[in-house]
Amino acid sequence: MKRKSQTMFSLVLLGLIFSGVVIFTGCGNKKDKGPLIESDAPSKVYVEPGKYDEFYSFVSGGFSGQMSVYGLPSGRLFKVIPVFSQNAENGYGYTEETKPMLQTSKGFIPWDDSHHSELSMKDGVPDGRWVFINGNNTPRIARLDLKTFKTVEIIEIPNSAGNHSSPFTTPNSEYVVAGTRFSVPVENRDVPISSYKENFRGAISFIKVDQNSGDMKLSFQLITPPFDYDLSHAGKGPSDGLFFFSCYNTEMAHTLLEVNASQKDKDYILAINWKKIEELVAAGKGTDKATTYYHNKFDDKVHSASSEILKSVKTLTPEEVKGAMYYIPCPKSPHGVDVDPTGEYIVGNGKLSTVIPVFSFTKIKKAIEGSEFEGNVEGIPVLKYESALSGEVQKPGLGPLHSEFDDKGFAYTSMFVSSEIVKWNVATKEVVDRIPVYYSVGHLMIPGGDSKKPWGKYLVSLNKITKDRFLPTGPELTQSAQLIDISGDKMKLLLDFPTIGEPHYAQGIPAELVMKNSQRIYKLEDNNHPYATKFEKDARVERKGNEVHVYMTAIRSHITPDNIEGIKSGDIVYFHVTNLEQDWDTPHGFAIMGNENSELLVMPGETCTIKWIAKEPGIYPFYCTDFCSALHQEMQGYLRVSGKDSNVPISFSTGEKK
Amino acid sequence: MKKASRITVLIISLVLISVYFVPVWEIELEAPQYPEGLGMNIWINKITGDLNTINGLNHYIGMKTIQPDSIKELTLMPYILGVLILLGIVTAMLNKRKLLLVWVIFFVLLGVAGGVDFYLWEYDYGHNLNPEAAIKIPGMSYQPPLIGTKQLANFTAISIPDTGGMILIGAGALSLLILLYDFKKKNKNIIIK
Repeated sequence: MKRKSQTMFSLVLLGLIFSGVVIFTGCGNKKDKGPLIESDAPSKVYVEPGKYDEFYSFVSGGFSGQMSVYGLPSGRLFKVIPVFSQNAENGYGYTEETKPMLQTSKGFIPWDDSHHSELSMKDGVPDGRWVFINGNNTPRIARLDLKTFKTVEIIEIPNSAGNHSSPFTTPNSEYVVAGTRFSVPVENRDVPISSYKENFRGAISFIKVDQNSGDMKLSFQLITPPFDYDLSHAGKGPSDGLFFFSCYNTEMAHTLLEVNASQKDKDYILAINWKKIEELVAAGKGTDKATTYYHNKFDDKVHSASSEILKSVKTLTPEEVKGAMYYIPCPKSPHGVDVDPTGEYIVGNGKLSTVIPVFSFTKIKKAIEGSEFEGNVEGIPVLKYESALSGEVQKPGLGPLHSEFDDKGFAYTSMFVSSEIVKWNVATKEVVDRIPVYYSVGHLMIPGGDSKKPWGKYLVSLNKITKDRFLPTGPELTQSAQLIDISGDKMKLLLDFPTIGEPHYAQGIPAELVMKNSQRIYKLEDNNHPYATKFEKDARVERKGNEVHVYMTAIRSHITPDNIEGIKSGDIVYFHVTNLEQDWDTPHGFAIMGNENSELLVMPGETCTIKWIAKEPGIYPFYCTDFCSALHQEMQGYLRVSGKDSNVPISFSTGEKK
Repeated sequence: MKKASRITVLIISLVLISVYFVPVWEIELEAPQYPEGLGMNIWINKITGDLNTINGLNHYIGMKTIQPDSIKELTLMPYILGVLILLGIVTAMLNKRKLLLVWVIFFVLLGVAGGVDFYLWEYDYGHNLNPEAAIKIPGMSYQPPLIGTKQLANFTAISIPDTGGMILIGAGALSLLILLYDFKKKNKNIIIK
């Protein structure tokens, strides 16, 4: 009876939210909000000064386009790694070396909407080699190397729009995938929007990952019915070889999706037998279609990125991969599709559904073998719901979005609308615990919680709304996450912590798997940058027409050369700065007055280049921006710009001879 | 020479070969900014460790850069050690007490000379400071200790024997004991006769 009235209340609440009324605040009852935390919570999140966190957490920066690195359980921010967005702080996307990283077939795109971080895996367990992250807006996948914590590769996904169900990987990171959230014409072209059903298609891309270098290569694209492919996860263990994609808008609406894509009681989860398709592709199936997409790679040996423009992609239709794709009905507009650690259970999180359906791999396999179909879509068979279903979690809460798992047979599902996390038993489908979160959780994350081996100690709730949780900062508030202890029977709230951008999704991994590989410096002898200056005596200035190249070195506490003359207005000056230091944590910065780009932040042994245009005659100071030493303020110099027709010869020096 | 002396001299000589493969001396520098440690190891023929970092720091006080190539001792020492080892082996073989005396004296002199030489190098680096350097060290003296600990500006400098140094010191001390043992025995015999 009580349960029923709660549900009624929740439905009213749902209505209020959907009608845009904000009811979460209520300044009058501030004290009622939030559970009292357990008295031992502070000691559980307190990491002593100088001590390390137990886990790294790689948190997507959402619409900031970046990725942030937090420690757990402390919630301390260690680094924001620029991925899809320019970052003036260290010159990413501004330097000549990194500009190619942001090139796409649509031009130089200095921003994206990064959604899902995904650690590389070995045998279905995160291994700490790389993290992948998707660019949702201009479809891209980036790979970050966890030796350097740098973005080292970005591949663009053609025929895709809204790269949302991405970049989830297979158990050995054989592939990362990219399912399109917007169906668009494959070979994008000018067609009436109303011709959606005939001209629009959903492309699902499989990107092969080289196991040694990590290099990504777009292997093939499946051209499927024009649904919105929302999220995905690979099978594992018994279900290894399958990839599951949730989709909404099976109504195939192209306007007012809020209503028109919410009509059907059930949408689908698409099960793809990627191992079978791999064989078909190897056997020569598929059509190479003309397209254009960029593949940008950063080479650590030359400290520079370069772009490769690719012109063709292999596509396969449902007809060509007959028997390798099946739709599983799933209520209602499913968002996350999550596979439990055993690989037997597949959880569909229908965001408008009142139950959480749990599918069984064994039953799916049997249903396919027994052709237990209720129909087909463009030749893709649709299994009978009951034939694939293991069971439903009843009355879990409202607005289920995502599930992750612990190592004790429990699933944890985020409830956006009822703003809570619900713990349930995967085998029995019984809800065993629930905890409110503040507010409206999207993804949740347990380190390894989407893998074969969850480290089931902490859960991070990645919230969509912050409101009154922190000191106010005007209309634009911080985003936030919450740390929850899941080591016992009852979930316990431990900590709130602010995050950058939108903490869309995250991955967690024991620190020792990553920290032992972390690089300290770039070795000068391995620096093959074509403009590297490895010795101070080789520092120089060279003119090539109206281009001037400054081969510059930085070492505590001087820049060489620090007096430069002979630059003329209109010259394009490239400062190639090599940091000669070979000691840990001794970066140097470089900035010149009036630079329309950014500064440089050069790591020990690294070479970085910034372009600067000499406009008006005059004196232009430059200096080191990163407080490097006691004489950091002395680490400065002057550049003289003379008139266009002046006769001042190129000259350069550091320290006058006496 | 007693048989025990001969065997010990032979063993010492053979053990001394290991000094080619381990550092002889260690200078450690401790400061808050270097939790990972900073130091250099002096071998019989080279200097390893954070030499570049140390040189980089030393330029602030105007110290010359430490360049192992310019230190002649690092070229000579392997030969001198070779002579010591060979002489030891020959002493044990030929069984001449006089030769034992020569060997021990050579060994001890070598130790003293090494210490003095090391001190002179330290004095040279620590006192020939460029007067135009950014940081003027009071008294223009920045000399690490010969052995032990000393505060140098923000650094605690620790100078101690490394594995090779311990072997050399141990072997040197043992060689003196052998000498005493061997000669004492002889004197006793004479008295009895």
